Amino acid sequence: MTMVHPIAPGTPPAVPGPLLSVDGIEKRYGARIGCTGVSFDLWPGEVMGIVGESGSGKSTLLNCLAGHLAPDAGRVLFDTRDGGMVDTVTMAEPARRRLSRTDWAFVHQNPRDGLRMGVSAGGNVGERLMAVGARNYGGIRAAALDWLDRVEIAADRVDDRPSAFSGGMQQRLQIARNLVTGPRLVFMDEPTGGLDVSVQARLLDLLRGLVREMGLSAIIVTHDLAVVRLLADRLMVMKSGRVVEAGLTDQVLDDPQHAYTQLLVSSVLQV
Amino acid sequence: MTDTAYNFAYLDEETKRMIRRAILKGIAIPGYQVPFASREMPMPYGWGTGGVQVTAACLTPGDRLKVIDQGADDTTNAVSIRKFFERTAGVATTERTAEATVIQTRHRIPETPLTGDQILVYQVPIPEPLRFLEPRETETRKMHELEEYGLMHVKLYEDIARHGHISTAYAYPVRVEGRYVMDPSPIPKFDNPKLSGNPAIQLFGAGREQRIYALPPFTEAVSLDFEDHPFEASKPDHPCDLCGAEGSYLDEVITDDRGGRMFVCSDTDFCAERRAAGHAGRLAAPYEETAA
Amino acid sequence: MYVAVKGGERAIDNAHAWLAEERRGDPAVPELSVAQIREQMALAVNRVMAEGSLYDPDLAALAIKQARGDLIEAVFLIRAYRTTLPRIGASRPVDTGAMACDRRISATFKDAPGGQVLGPTFDYTHRLLDFALAAEGEPPVAATAPPDETPTPRITDFLGRDGLIQPEPATDAEPRDLTREPLEFPADRPLRLQSLTRGDEGFVLAMAYSTQRGYGRNHPFVGELRIGAVPVEMDIPELGFAIEIGEITLTECETVNQFAGSRTEPAQFTRGYGLVFGQTERKAISMALVDRALRWDELGEDDTGAPAQDAEFVLSHADNIQATGFLEHIKLPHYVDFQAELELVRKLRAEALASRREAAE
Repeated sequence: MTMVHPIAPGTPPAVPGPLLSVDGIEKRYGARIGCTGVSFDLWPGEVMGIVGESGSGKSTLLNCLAGHLAPDAGRVLFDTRDGGMVDTVTMAEPARRRLSRTDWAFVHQNPRDGLRMGVSAGGNVGERLMAVGARNYGGIRAAALDWLDRVEIAADRVDDRPSAFSGGMQQRLQIARNLVTGPRLVFMDEPTGGLDVSVQARLLDLLRGLVREMGLSAIIVTHDLAVVRLLADRLMVMKSGRVVEAGLTDQVLDDPQHAYTQLLVSSVLQV
Repeated sequence: MTDTAYNFAYLDEETKRMIRRAILKGIAIPGYQVPFASREMPMPYGWGTGGVQVTAACLTPGDRLKVIDQGADDTTNAVSIRKFFERTAGVATTERTAEATVIQTRHRIPETPLTGDQILVYQVPIPEPLRFLEPRETETRKMHELEEYGLMHVKLYEDIARHGHISTAYAYPVRVEGRYVMDPSPIPKFDNPKLSGNPAIQLFGAGREQRIYALPPFTEAVSLDFEDHPFEASKPDHPCDLCGAEGSYLDEVITDDRGGRMFVCSDTDFCAERRAAGHAGRLAAPYEETAA
Repeated sequence: MYVAVKGGERAIDNAHAWLAEERRGDPAVPELSVAQIREQMALAVNRVMAEGSLYDPDLAALAIKQARGDLIEAVFLIRAYRTTLPRIGASRPVDTGAMACDRRISATFKDAPGGQVLGPTFDYTHRLLDFALAAEGEPPVAATAPPDETPTPRITDFLGRDGLIQPEPATDAEPRDLTREPLEFPADRPLRLQSLTRGDEGFVLAMAYSTQRGYGRNHPFVGELRIGAVPVEMDIPELGFAIEIGEITLTECETVNQFAGSRTEPAQFTRGYGLVFGQTERKAISMALVDRALRWDELGEDDTGAPAQDAEFVLSHADNIQATGFLEHIKLPHYVDFQAELELVRKLRAEALASRREAAE
């Protein structure tokens, strides 16, 4: 099942270039390869899945793309609002931090890494708005309540701290906190990891709805093929720091060419 | 009488030059915390060593110094610091705001408007407005560098969500000329409006934390708030019981053990001058009758 | 009716006079001389010199007398005095390898050239109150021997010769001076060592102890602890050579710690270093452990989040003069801040009570 996304509102129709263009990314840890030779384009409204077992280099790659790690080689070009394609690897730190609180979002596997546990749910969602200059308390609160509703958190929990939330609620809150400013690119690192199966299903359903509704562009790293089957348009399979196979999600999962992909696909339960 | 065992105003000239450089840098970048090599002073850290070093670097023999703590000239620490400069610099001192050329203060801005001929030196315990949101110096410096101040408003948001009001009553942070967020030292928020557009030079010294920062004359300092929860320079809703002033900041004094209390100006010079000019509050006069 | 609290000045003068009387104590008891403190309270004098960063036993003894035995107050007096001293120049680095050792022990080798020397230590005393000290009298004479002229090379040098311990590369770079520049982070090792050597003994001890209990454990052995006198030399530009300007007593501790290495990098022990004015061995050993804990990054270890691994935490809180000043400043009047909070709390309470009343009606 391939998903069709509407064109994101506000996207200029005239110049259909990629949103993100990754070229020859490599990261080493001493003599050991983290990831190497990774190149791909991500188009507006597209969701890219990166799968592989732990240690395959997929999280290293994601952190290089999101500016959390400095790659040793390669470029990560992002289509900025005012400057066109700019290499975020060589970009000045202030500009990159600005990107990461406006156009980018990052959903961590562990919601504790992405939330302020001592701040109320409303404050967590409102922080990005305030960081980009929102100064109307009522407006910020209304936006927070709207987003809590969209991620199925009851309005009367708005003043509670995330430490009082279940794992699934914390993860939904993290997603709301990230999406509230309407980012153009979302990085997700195992967004369903660490959750019970039933909770995972609800979260996946929610994510699928949001991705469709907002026309999100996203890069999702996961070891769970069910996640990419539901969410990703395209797929890259990583092994030992290299991309061993890439293509449309259904194509890769239903007709894997590389022996490692065949192993991966055959080792999971059908969903 | 000057104590000749020490240099003028205690510090050696090289140290004063180093502090003056930090002050000038602070004035050039309003609100930016300039690191400086704070010296060990003969009074404890936390008791005004930063302010004392800044005052020492500013004083000239012709200056007239006023020292206040909590607005008052006669509080023990103000007395102690004034004595220190009388002894080590031999400068004239005064309790009258209008007559002073340099005023060192802890926790208040005088009620009497300052002029362009005056320097106001604040004693600062914790110069970093982000400190209690982020304890790491390395991280807060980066936040200032990148103007990442969203967290400040998160704190205010949380206040309103919990209490219905912004619950910062003193050391209320300001944004200086649209750039640095600054801690105005623990002055009551009532004093915040006086920070902005003030004709005097305002210098802030934090000795233990080794930081100096400044507001040059007529610098804009905006108290952080929300459009729909605007900053409010509030004070206890009473006039001064001694001088009758309506618009001055007040100390509360417990007068008996049956809940009796009175409110008096925290700025002792302001209050005394008003009384000298014939103003009187609820409990001001005549003393004899009420005492009887 | 109301009389404003006046007379701060007289109150201060009276307090100081009373303090002077209390300092003297019962005049029927003979007064302590500075020399008595210097000679008989030598370890207190050493601590005050170390944390005051000024090597002058007479001034330290005077400070202890003036401070009524409050050692942190005495350190404070020394620090404030030190600030006013002109900086004439810097000595050459002292050679602790050429120390005339009163005490020298190693926990890693049973014997080594120069031998083990216990020296004047509490180590093997039984901690029984000695009531004989309450009666006045001279102690029995200790045995003496002619000074041993054998050199006492550092124990870690033996390990270093075989490449068994990680070397400390020599450098002529002038280290930054903690007392002349603001402490900024990240702080390099010379700055960290300066901060630790003048840090509060109790704080450094507690940090070191925490590493032994697993908060940033680094498996230390005392490679060597030595206490003794070293000459201090200074280059005199007019003369064109260095002359000896005096002698100071130092305590130096080098710890031999857990080894690093991998399949490709041969295993090596690592080290921590402590150097403190006077006979101050608890402090020197503590310093070496904390120094070692703070080196996790350069030695490629994990940050386990232990307090002793956190340079900003350790260095920002090690100085007892900063700490005690800020702690005690909360005694100062805070009427204005408190009034501001009082007003706010009254307002919040009034609103909450009003809405509770409304709800009840």
